[in-house]
Amino acid sequence: MTIQATTSKKGILAKIDKNLLATILSLLLLALIFSIWELGVNNQIFSPLMPSATQTAQDFWKWVSNPFYENGNNDKGIGWHLLVSLRRVLIGFSIGAAIAIPLGIVIGLSEVLSKAIDPYIQLLKPVSPLAWLPIGLGLLKDSESTALFVIAITSLFPTLINTKFGVANVDRTYLDVARSLGASRWRTIQKIILPAAAPSIVAGLRISIGIAWLVIVAAEILVGGTGVGYFIWNEWNNLSITSIITAIILVGMVGLILDRLFGLLQYWVSFGRQV
Amino acid sequence: MISSNSIFNSLDSINSLVDSGGSNSAYQPVQLALKQISMVYQGRRGLLDRLTGRTSKDYVAIADLSLEITANTFVSIIGPSGCGKSTLLNIIAGLIEPTSGSVLINGKEVHSPAPDRGIIFQNYALMPWMTVYENIRFAVETVFPKMPLGEQRQVVHQFIDLVGLRGAEKKHPHELSGGMKQRVGIARALAINPEILLMDEPFGALDALTRGFLQDEIERIWEQQRKTVVLITHSIEEAILLSDRIVMMTKGPAAKIAQILDVPFPRPRQRETLDQMRGYHQLKAEMEQHLSRETRAVEEARI
Repeated sequence: MTIQATTSKKGILAKIDKNLLATILSLLLLALIFSIWELGVNNQIFSPLMPSATQTAQDFWKWVSNPFYENGNNDKGIGWHLLVSLRRVLIGFSIGAAIAIPLGIVIGLSEVLSKAIDPYIQLLKPVSPLAWLPIGLGLLKDSESTALFVIAITSLFPTLINTKFGVANVDRTYLDVARSLGASRWRTIQKIILPAAAPSIVAGLRISIGIAWLVIVAAEILVGGTGVGYFIWNEWNNLSITSIITAIILVGMVGLILDRLFGLLQYWVSFGRQV
Repeated sequence: MISSNSIFNSLDSINSLVDSGGSNSAYQPVQLALKQISMVYQGRRGLLDRLTGRTSKDYVAIADLSLEITANTFVSIIGPSGCGKSTLLNIIAGLIEPTSGSVLINGKEVHSPAPDRGIIFQNYALMPWMTVYENIRFAVETVFPKMPLGEQRQVVHQFIDLVGLRGAEKKHPHELSGGMKQRVGIARALAINPEILLMDEPFGALDALTRGFLQDEIERIWEQQRKTVVLITHSIEEAILLSDRIVMMTKGPAAKIAQILDVPFPRPRQRETLDQMRGYHQLKAEMEQHLSRETRAVEEARI
């Protein structure tokens, strides 16, 4: 009885589901941003370059509704550019992971190796991956492989550090179980250490792909040719701000999807452990 | 006072305060012997520690402890917290090396863990990525790599049945309750057919009802398997229900054996009727006195 009484007092707001409330707020916020944007442009508060929200929405729809058109080499749909960037990120990321995971396992298993290699990791970790771009150009003499090189370097460190951490910090009791059964070193690594470190490794991969997707835009702006970074720079040269905003939103969406996919993978290897 | 054929005795002259007067009856070979085990944790006294004034003294966890356990005996080790019970079990398991002294199994010195000793861990130590079946299978496959696959499968199912987990084979540990997890732990330890079963406060993390249920399970399984068991416990009732012998330890540092008690009650034992046995209350009172005295000393030493 008392419970009913208190709920009815709280009124309508309490009865609405929190998620619904958040969605409504979110949409209201969007409407607010759009109105400020639209009013600002109409009253010429912003630079004359700035397109109105409606123009941008129209242009966004134009790009999105026909993402894969091709009018010669310099006029392609944004879908193509996204695919090219995505392909570069996936290849570069795979190269990075293929180096970082085995190396991380090895240095995670050996305290001596870990201490020997750690100074280099600590030194190189804080450097922007773009600083490697000229070295890539010098070494590889090819813009496409340079982009892959930069992405591979980008992907390397988070995965390496997380793999090392995961392997070095396997729960002692799991190792005690393996030892008490007389499991060989190889069997222990294969059946205990790697699955125990898997959530940590995947967390590293998730960070890596996130940063790789951040860096690809900048790398393509510098390297040019194709890709969504090139697209953005090209549209800036065309002074087409609407296209740039379109690209920003789409890049964000792809990044979000990549992150969610790795989040799923993380959940999948965790088996109830804290993610 | 100490006869060579006593089922169980405390050998060491320094430590042998009392040996329980009982059962010198049938000759039983000693299966597990601890000879003058000491465990000292080194203090900090490196150059850097001395410069920063952060040196600490060596900590003697266990001092000169000797113990002999005959085959097919259920032995509980009970003592105040921090007395090195778990350290002692880890030494028997071979997971840590004692500073001095030796562990002998069937007369042979052992220095590392081996599947002749099965361990049941307090925190279950199940692999979260393996199902119930896979956790037990991992142990069987590791210990008996040459066993035909069909037989391995059969052994795993046999022990899943023994602990009453049929139907839960495909579940992962995070889908199980604490009691079920520990039943997997028990099945895993038994499935490798160890000579000695080591249990480190196996029911410590469980609620009272589940604990009682699992104690009954252990009693039932022990009746079937009759392994040599070393059980570390805090619980007087648990020790009396399950053990043939109860080793009471003094408080740390330099923990040693204070007294060894015989539990003469016939098996199979029933939790419900055990306290009607003659001598039950006397035994329990004796243990309670000792433990509360030691625990009080531990608490006072902390102030």
